[in-house]
Amino acid sequence: MSAIIEVDSVTKTFGGVVANHAISLKVEKGAITGLIGPNGSGKTTLFNSIVGYHPIDAGSIRFEGEEISRLRVPRIARLGLLRTFQQTRIYGKMNCMQNMLISVPHRKAGFWDMFARDTVERSDQAEQLLHFVGLYEKRWLRAGELSFGQQKLLEFAMALMNEPTVLMLDEPTAGINPTLINGLIDRLHRANEQFGITLFVIEHNMRVIMNLAERIYCLAHGELLAEGTPDQIRNDKRVIDAYLGAH
Amino acid sequence: MKMAILCAAILAAGLAAPFVVPDYTTQASVLWVMVLLALTWDMQGGQMGYNSLGNIFFFGLGMYASAVVQIGLFHPVGDYTYAAGVELFEFTPSQYWTGLALGIPVAGVVCAIAAIPLGLIFFGLRGPYFAIGTLAVAVAAGELFSAWEWVGAGSGVTMPSFPHHPDLAKLSFYYMNFAIAVVLFALLAWIYATRFGLAINAIRDDEQKAESMGLHTTRYKCVNWSIAAFFLGMSGAIFGNMVGFIDPREVAFATITFGIFMVVMALLGGKGTLWGPVVGAVMFHSFKEVTWTYMLGWQWVALGGLIVLIVVYFQDGFMGWLMRVKPEWFGIRVEARARETGRARAMEAAQ
Amino acid sequence: MLDNINILIMAPVYNLALIIDGLLIGSVYALMAYGLALVWGVMNVKNLAQGGFVMAGGYVCWWLGENGIHPFIGLVAAAAVLWVLGYVVFKIVVRQVLDRDLFTSLLATFGVAIVTEQVLNILFTSDTRSINLGYESLTFAGGAVNLPVQKIGAFVLAAVLAVALALFMKRSRMGQAIRATAQNPRAARVMGIDTERVYAFTYSLNAAICGASGALVAMIWLIQPFYGLAYAIRAFVIVTAAGLGNLPGVIVAGLGMGVIEQYGGFILGATFQQAIVVGLLIVVLAVRMAQAQMRREIVQ
Repeated sequence: MSAIIEVDSVTKTFGGVVANHAISLKVEKGAITGLIGPNGSGKTTLFNSIVGYHPIDAGSIRFEGEEISRLRVPRIARLGLLRTFQQTRIYGKMNCMQNMLISVPHRKAGFWDMFARDTVERSDQAEQLLHFVGLYEKRWLRAGELSFGQQKLLEFAMALMNEPTVLMLDEPTAGINPTLINGLIDRLHRANEQFGITLFVIEHNMRVIMNLAERIYCLAHGELLAEGTPDQIRNDKRVIDAYLGAH
Repeated sequence: MKMAILCAAILAAGLAAPFVVPDYTTQASVLWVMVLLALTWDMQGGQMGYNSLGNIFFFGLGMYASAVVQIGLFHPVGDYTYAAGVELFEFTPSQYWTGLALGIPVAGVVCAIAAIPLGLIFFGLRGPYFAIGTLAVAVAAGELFSAWEWVGAGSGVTMPSFPHHPDLAKLSFYYMNFAIAVVLFALLAWIYATRFGLAINAIRDDEQKAESMGLHTTRYKCVNWSIAAFFLGMSGAIFGNMVGFIDPREVAFATITFGIFMVVMALLGGKGTLWGPVVGAVMFHSFKEVTWTYMLGWQWVALGGLIVLIVVYFQDGFMGWLMRVKPEWFGIRVEARARETGRARAMEAAQ
Repeated sequence: MLDNINILIMAPVYNLALIIDGLLIGSVYALMAYGLALVWGVMNVKNLAQGGFVMAGGYVCWWLGENGIHPFIGLVAAAAVLWVLGYVVFKIVVRQVLDRDLFTSLLATFGVAIVTEQVLNILFTSDTRSINLGYESLTFAGGAVNLPVQKIGAFVLAAVLAVALALFMKRSRMGQAIRATAQNPRAARVMGIDTERVYAFTYSLNAAICGASGALVAMIWLIQPFYGLAYAIRAFVIVTAAGLGNLPGVIVAGLGMGVIEQYGGFILGATFQQAIVVGLLIVVLAVRMAQAQMRREIVQ
């Protein structure tokens, strides 16, 4: 079992605030890894650093063995490392199908691919994925008119359409109706098992992450606090203190 | 089916116009220029979310490029412009047409190439900075060309005169303007239906998202501007010949006339749609031709008022209004049930 | 071009002339840029009509001068007239586009700029104008540096205005209200500040600043209806270079621009002066972009 993302001693500072301090972790290929921690512990900053949203101050980040800490966002995305956003982002004025169709992988896109017409296979794939997330009936609606939860599902489907190797999800269940969360967890599992996508998930909902992840890292105050299986984390006194102390 | 009939009708009308209403040939000719200006603006503005105030730069650049080719093939350009107004330099008909036939495509190519480095510089800017930056380029070009002796500086360039009857000139330029407007429209109709159209719309809706999904945003942006520049350059070349005289600030780099008209027309008709700029150009140009001569100088106040009216009250333009009133015509699905279930969902979420 | 550079090296005193001229016009640039920054900071409107207001102010002062009124009084009149004009423009145009996207407000103010310039053109034709007070000049260095007294007067006025503005913003209730609104409009409203009034006041104040600047331009240099846009762009370059909240930066950048333009005009020829503005804009934006790249942000 190899590590597909290796974060090695990464530090990131904003102004005077140390958001991430010497964080090291590994995301196993094919597995589901969780990232938890109280608010302000630096989870999203770490995500942003990995996907190239901003440069890091120290350390190294490797994806599939290659150093990516100096690459830009589109490059990293084309390598197969994708993320979803905490504030769901979709293309509001385009309908769902269009959102899906523009989310095809651009890895090998040459100059003339810019003018490609979308094939029947791609349309079928888009429809299947929309069906997978339960948005098939809504596929011709404008994305901007979907409800918040539906947009989150669309963003998830778009990510799957991009055929990523690794999908980093930033709080995928935030703001979702509790009755729908089980369905989402199920879909995440299926994405991992059926499509073989490695998942790296930030979550606040303990029930979700304990059910989802095989290995969990816990951050607090910008540093790595603990790591282990869900059971180990659940019983780790330091983690409990960090969360209780944060309230 | 309806679309095809509409297009055929417009094509026929366009082809026949100079014979049906010969007195209005020049105005109709300018109308096709306006259509092209609006369509090319909308490629970046409405479709891609980059509102340029300086597209007129390519119009003027093409104009000058063609002039240089048309003149330079047969006479030294510097001498020609220096002697402006004095009938020292003549062009035989075949020289004229050769110059024109070469000048127009050269203008297009020069502008298409120029758009790439400019695009790399300016597409790194967002929103207002892009608008102001492009405006500044157009203004500067006007100033620079006003100072450049080789192309006549402030006195401009007197174009080689059309070697046949002026009526034939009007006709020729009409069909040239008509032709490139039609070609541009056809090209856009095709290109907006490919991945290109989706990509530039995605850039408009959320560029960071597009980048994070691996889209080659820079490539699309530069190619978009390059295509627009190509057509703008050719249009400028034709226009310069039509007017017969290039004034750097009034005719070529006309930031406060054509440069702003293109924005107004696209907004008026409905930006981000294929027909919007066309409709807007027709509406604006017709209105202008009919009313401006009666306004005795106050047409600019009217223009300012129109701009304010449009940006404040008609953001989506004519096509936007049409799409709201008759969404079925455009294949937009509006879920009537969504409004009910929406309420139900809201109640759920509120628990 | 090289000859011109040679002159500067051989006879350093010409540098003095350029620098002084540059500071004179630069002081006006700085004032104008400050007004732009004010409106921008308070209501996030990038006022492309800035240059139009400046020219309008210049013409008010010039026209009064033609009718026998001393330009220093004309300056006050210009400020007053432009205050009213600014208020009208705010109510009719700007207020409607305050909560729209940024391009909308840009386009709306561009519309105002066009209207202003064209109306000025109708009223005063497109000849360039300037005000000549007929005061003598101070000359030194054996005639190499020629300093008209009226230009010195204008500079002094500019400085006085700047100080008055700074004091106003710091000490007066309205000044504080403006700064509060700039920082956080909602909080300001919660605290009882009538943000509507603050916006109207700020826009009018900016117009008045432009009006006064225009009068100064008429005294120092030339006015012409269509020069306005270039002034607006200059103001943008200055504010972009200095950064929004940075008053000393705006002053330095404004003065700097004046000097750079004078040098550029001398070395490259007067007709390239306008183009220098754009060159500066591109340089400034390029620098900002490069800085942003290093932090991987976008120039907003």
